[in-house]
Amino acid sequence: MATESISLRAGGAVERRQLLSRVSRYVFLLATLIGISVLAFLAYDTISSGASRLSLRFLDNYPSRFAEKAGLRPAIWGTIWVLGVTIFCSIPVAIGTAIWIEEFAPKNRLLTIVKINLNNLAGVPSIIYGILGLTIFVRFYGMDRSILAAGFTLALMIIPMTVIAAQEAIRQVPPSLRDGALALGATKWQAVRHNVLPNAIPGIMTGIILSISRAAGETAAIIMIGGFTFIRFDPGAAIPGELFTPGGFWDGLNESFTIIPIQIYAWTIDSRREFQANASAGIVVLMAGVLTLNLIAAVIRERFRRY
Amino acid sequence: MRQLTSESPTIDAEDKLARMSIEQQIGRAVQPAADAIRNPPEEAVFRLHDVGVWYGNKHAISEITLDIPLKRVTALIGPSGCGKSTLLRCLNRMNDLIPGARIEGSVEYHGANIYDRTVDPVEVRRRIGMVFQKPNPFPKSIYDNVAFGARVNGIKGNMDDIVERSLRQAAIWEEVKNDLKKSGLALSGGQQQRLCIARALAVQPDVILMDEPCSALDPIATLKIEDLIRELTREYTIVIVTHNMQQAARVSDYTAFMLAAEHGVNGQLVEYGATTEIFTQPRDKRTEDYITGRFG
Amino acid sequence: MSVSPESIGRGDMGQALAKRNLKRPDEAIIMALLTLCAAVSLITTVLIVGVLIRESLTFFEHVSPREFFLETRWQPLFKPVSFGIWELVAGTLNVTFWALLIAVPIGLATAVYLSEYAQPRTRKLLKPALEALAGVPTVVYAYFALTFVTQDFLRPLLGNDNVPIFNALAASSMLAVMILPTIASISEDAMSNVPRELREAAYGLGATRLEVAVRVVFPAALSGIIAAILLAIARVVGETMIVAIAAGSSPNLTMDPLSPVQTMTGFMLQVGLGDVQRGSVDYQSLFAVGMMLFVITLLFNVAAYFFVRRYREEYE
Repeated sequence: MATESISLRAGGAVERRQLLSRVSRYVFLLATLIGISVLAFLAYDTISSGASRLSLRFLDNYPSRFAEKAGLRPAIWGTIWVLGVTIFCSIPVAIGTAIWIEEFAPKNRLLTIVKINLNNLAGVPSIIYGILGLTIFVRFYGMDRSILAAGFTLALMIIPMTVIAAQEAIRQVPPSLRDGALALGATKWQAVRHNVLPNAIPGIMTGIILSISRAAGETAAIIMIGGFTFIRFDPGAAIPGELFTPGGFWDGLNESFTIIPIQIYAWTIDSRREFQANASAGIVVLMAGVLTLNLIAAVIRERFRRY
Repeated sequence: MRQLTSESPTIDAEDKLARMSIEQQIGRAVQPAADAIRNPPEEAVFRLHDVGVWYGNKHAISEITLDIPLKRVTALIGPSGCGKSTLLRCLNRMNDLIPGARIEGSVEYHGANIYDRTVDPVEVRRRIGMVFQKPNPFPKSIYDNVAFGARVNGIKGNMDDIVERSLRQAAIWEEVKNDLKKSGLALSGGQQQRLCIARALAVQPDVILMDEPCSALDPIATLKIEDLIRELTREYTIVIVTHNMQQAARVSDYTAFMLAAEHGVNGQLVEYGATTEIFTQPRDKRTEDYITGRFG
Repeated sequence: MSVSPESIGRGDMGQALAKRNLKRPDEAIIMALLTLCAAVSLITTVLIVGVLIRESLTFFEHVSPREFFLETRWQPLFKPVSFGIWELVAGTLNVTFWALLIAVPIGLATAVYLSEYAQPRTRKLLKPALEALAGVPTVVYAYFALTFVTQDFLRPLLGNDNVPIFNALAASSMLAVMILPTIASISEDAMSNVPRELREAAYGLGATRLEVAVRVVFPAALSGIIAAILLAIARVVGETMIVAIAAGSSPNLTMDPLSPVQTMTGFMLQVGLGDVQRGSVDYQSLFAVGMMLFVITLLFNVAAYFFVRRYREEYE
């Protein structure tokens, strides 16, 4: 802006203010770069310290007393299984809730309560969800420390944030589309299903992917469920070959398990320094997954930016 | 949109005072002049009796009583904010979609009150179609746009025939017949509006409501739509809201003139009659003032 | 909608228009399913509150509320057993304070830069980079707090004797990084929403860019900025892994950043990790602490919500 290049030669006070302003620009820039450079540094540090462990074998090995041999295999499977349950349970409920709020709910106090409640739930610490899961799913329903319990708990945790994202996406659809459909004699559900939802899908998907990314990195809640165990088998594959039978599938869901963030945690607190490299390598794997998901979400958001 | 709320009795009284002096300025009486409302001799499709609409605690229109004739074009005219669109939306229960909207009075459609508790608004809207001010084709193909209404209403028959018939009736078939898969949004403004008309026709209504259908279009597209409207009158009843008086004079058989005390408040029916009479021999002075451009 | 029908002509048209609920049972089913979905969130809250209250009450049968709320020492496992919450609260306060001390200035400065100084192209590049930080799983920050901050930075810098393996500062520094995007992003939104006319008026009076940013935009966006900080506090208070790993599990009533502390969340995790007897008091203390945590974060979230509403109302 022009103000910065004009210098009033008269009056030193004005020059001082100008100088201050010019200097402040760089101070603020520095501050901004701090955050980003921390990110860059963390990335560099992780990759370099974990490099020694990163290999395909790392992904294939079971945890072990020997740091060089310890791998992520059970954790990866556990993550896949748990996230599978989470996705399956949370997506329909979240989308349904968002549709209810935006399209079907009568505008009364119940609606306000639901909206405020969702906002609050989104801010509840994850460890509280862990306590909830522990008490209700593990103890009360007797699911014990199983994949099912973990999946349900994470689903409850990410539903509020998914609903909020889905709400935004639905709200972006221009009302003229909805009105146009209704004026033709469509019922509310027909208008929503054929006109509103298809156009809200990109936004909803972005929200879902970000929520999954959040669930993938969650540690505390799963620890409370009982996920901190030393697992030397593949979770969810109770009896090899029986995975895709109904019986085998159910047994798989009821197994104990571990997930990638917990494995990272276990290696981090291990007093033996050699395992820190494993932790770094685990972080690289986790971050690769999280970043990929976030990237996909960003791409979807940009590509379908129609309105 | 500003919300009008009366916070205390004193403000209410002040408001009433202000309103009274505006009324005195326009020289309005509470009731319109004796023969200012002249109902058409044709069979009536709609009979409105004392219809009013509240948005929250704002009385948008009140005491509207008139009959809308079958297979004719009826125009609603008046300055901005007089409530013509609000009145139009009463006819197909689109006001239901606005939270806080309340209807008074009765709207009879072929003898049945469409606001009766037992009436299904979806059925109402199938029979009474609507074309909006800004063309709003769905982000689908031309074919799917037209077929949409027929599909959701479960209308039986060969869909290709239905689509072709509707597009022909809307005078756009020749322009699009070679590429029905093209997106509805890829058409020009005038074509989009005719597509919306075709879409409305596909559900076989008997009334078509048009809310300023040409205000977003260029003069040539406008003329095409006006020609279309006169064509459609052979089979359909049309009610059109327009702020363009010349258009009303060109296109309509009957014209209703509305006026509001202030923008968006208390719109009332001032005069209603055959278009030729309204424009050459208005009975009410306010109508004459509006027609001759003295205000609005 | 209230209706005062003058005449309800039924006749043929009336029949034709009549609601035929039998014709549309699917609408009713859909509505029921959707309402059920919405109910899930309500049920979740009821369950959370119910569980916390019920188990806390059981806890308070064994431990008097006076001890819980007035005592300071938190020692549930060793003799002499003591259940004074303040040590845990102090731990939370400790890490929160130092985290905010680091994150708020940097975050606000970032927000000022992005909203007042940066070119649109730079902004488009930097903002997503900052948002990327928000997506990092907290266990990653926890790892860094322990290895990089404590082992590779603080201890070499200040000496192994002065810096215990577990200290609050390591946790705070990574907590600060964690909430930096939150503070920066929300504050930047608030600042961007300040109308251009205000800035132009100030420039027209001869103010420098710094003066406009600090004396015009910042105060105008204050509600939004406060909301950002409150939200950040809520997140820090609720964060578990970073403090559990880096700050340790020994409660200490201190604000010393170099001391090991245990936060409320850290204690809760500890119970979750260990094989604590189900009916025992230590197990139940989990819920009492959880209740405190829940209430505190709820208060901050609600406060933040009100400030967000305030800044939205001002400019929209």
